[in-house]
Amino acid sequence: MKILVCISKAPDTTSRIAFTEGDTQFDKNGVQFIVNPYDEWYALVRALELKEAQGGSVTTITVGEADCDPVIRKALAIGADDAVRIDANPTDALQVASLIADHAGDGGYDLVLCGKETIDHNGSVVGGMLAELMNASFVSLATSLEVEGGVVKATREAAGGLESVEASMPAVVSAAKGMAEQRIPNMRGIMAARTKPLNVVPAGDALQGATVAKFELPPAKGECKMISADQPEELVRLLREEAKIL
Amino acid sequence: MKCLAYLPTQDGQATKAGLEAVSYAKKCGADVVALALGPLNADGGAGSAGASKVLHVAHDLQDEAQIARAVSEAAKAEGASMVVAPHNYVGRAVAPRVAVRLGAGMVPGVTGVLEGSTVQRNVFSGKAMAHVSLNSEVKVITTTPNAFGVELGGAEAAVESFDPEVGEASLKVTGFKASSSDGSVPLPEAVRVVSAGRGLKGPEHWGIVEELATTLEATTACSRPVSDMGWRPHHEHVGQTGITIRPDLYIAAGISGAIQHLAGVNQSKVIVAINTDPEAPFFKAADYGIVGDAFEVLPKLTEAVKNLG
Repeated sequence: MKILVCISKAPDTTSRIAFTEGDTQFDKNGVQFIVNPYDEWYALVRALELKEAQGGSVTTITVGEADCDPVIRKALAIGADDAVRIDANPTDALQVASLIADHAGDGGYDLVLCGKETIDHNGSVVGGMLAELMNASFVSLATSLEVEGGVVKATREAAGGLESVEASMPAVVSAAKGMAEQRIPNMRGIMAARTKPLNVVPAGDALQGATVAKFELPPAKGECKMISADQPEELVRLLREEAKIL
Repeated sequence: MKCLAYLPTQDGQATKAGLEAVSYAKKCGADVVALALGPLNADGGAGSAGASKVLHVAHDLQDEAQIARAVSEAAKAEGASMVVAPHNYVGRAVAPRVAVRLGAGMVPGVTGVLEGSTVQRNVFSGKAMAHVSLNSEVKVITTTPNAFGVELGGAEAAVESFDPEVGEASLKVTGFKASSSDGSVPLPEAVRVVSAGRGLKGPEHWGIVEELATTLEATTACSRPVSDMGWRPHHEHVGQTGITIRPDLYIAAGISGAIQHLAGVNQSKVIVAINTDPEAPFFKAADYGIVGDAFEVLPKLTEAVKNLG
């Protein structure tokens, strides 16, 4: 089974969020970038588990510039066989999905995995677009994933519970919590990752749908109003009369 | 401007998320046509939320690829320049496909109305906002649950049957397991949420959390360590790697307020933190705080809410 895993870089959760160039660009200054957790912990690890059980290969794909290479090497250290980086600055889901689909279209992949969203843009869009562009089935927000007899069997988050679904292949699956457990790369993996293929390919023509015109920081949060532990009725009064939500 | 709104239904009535999508499109100044699948009582409530017409597909569809084909065909048939769907489980799978089919730009999970070609959404887990420009002829937007109220009061909409070509299904639903049997509102749509963390010391102590939640008609949630230790089910985990919520009221007891947890809850309208540690980071993100033991505060709070009548 040939598996493709979409990997994004994302700022570490504890990063200071600031913007430059007239609030049009994220300020990368001093920011530690990590593999987007949904891509790493769930999508990549489940792909590796499926390969270990059934054979095949795991390739990662990233749309990004050279500053993505460290997180791609991390994915290789965790166990991916090889990596592709499409050399473009990702600015829009449609652009990213179309670049990946163009590259993966003739790659003969049975399964494409991606995290349910990135922790910077929180869009949850690329997977669905990729499925449409690749004429593949799509399982969104999957919490477990099996492949049996050429059919994808998964559970996914649904309103009020979990749904079991079966989907035809090729399939795109977006990974949510529960699909796998995080793997820490070992020294052997880290050493091997240095010489695994990381193929940088030029970006072809991409579709473009939306662009961020401006970022803005939310207004500063007011002081937290402290209430004595002996007076919960005072909290209830404030929630009703001041916050007007009871 | 004409808008096609995808209207998910349950038992013949539009879901709250569906009504929010219709009402949102109306607020953007659009003439709204809703698309509904499967059993439908009259207009399903779409007219009241602002739709002038409902296109009704008689059979329900499970595969979002097919739903996307139906939505796209309806948008084309109506000459819609805007397509709106809720940013919920189904909408997340439908809308990206629709955007591709219509060659449209898409903005997911918006928090403001479309002004010209620009619309606002939250990014960096609620730590910043982005104003996003859509330059395509057709614009696809998904609405964040509970971010917009539903304005009711419109006239009943005309219902027209619609029979789109949806092709073969590539996905089928084979089972469903409800996460709770108490009929509480699912977390992403919940208006009030009561959440607890390690401070509760063990799963056997959740009774006081559930009691407050029941009294407030709220849904229960928990922090990551609590779901990782198996004290509570995974689907209750709110935070960076769990569910992101946006209720009107979020009460957190015995949760320190690590940045990963706040990322999932900081878009709540009002946050109440209860913690024994006065230095807990949650107090910096909360609107109201009580320094105290959850075992004493929660039952008293439940009493106080009950006394409101």
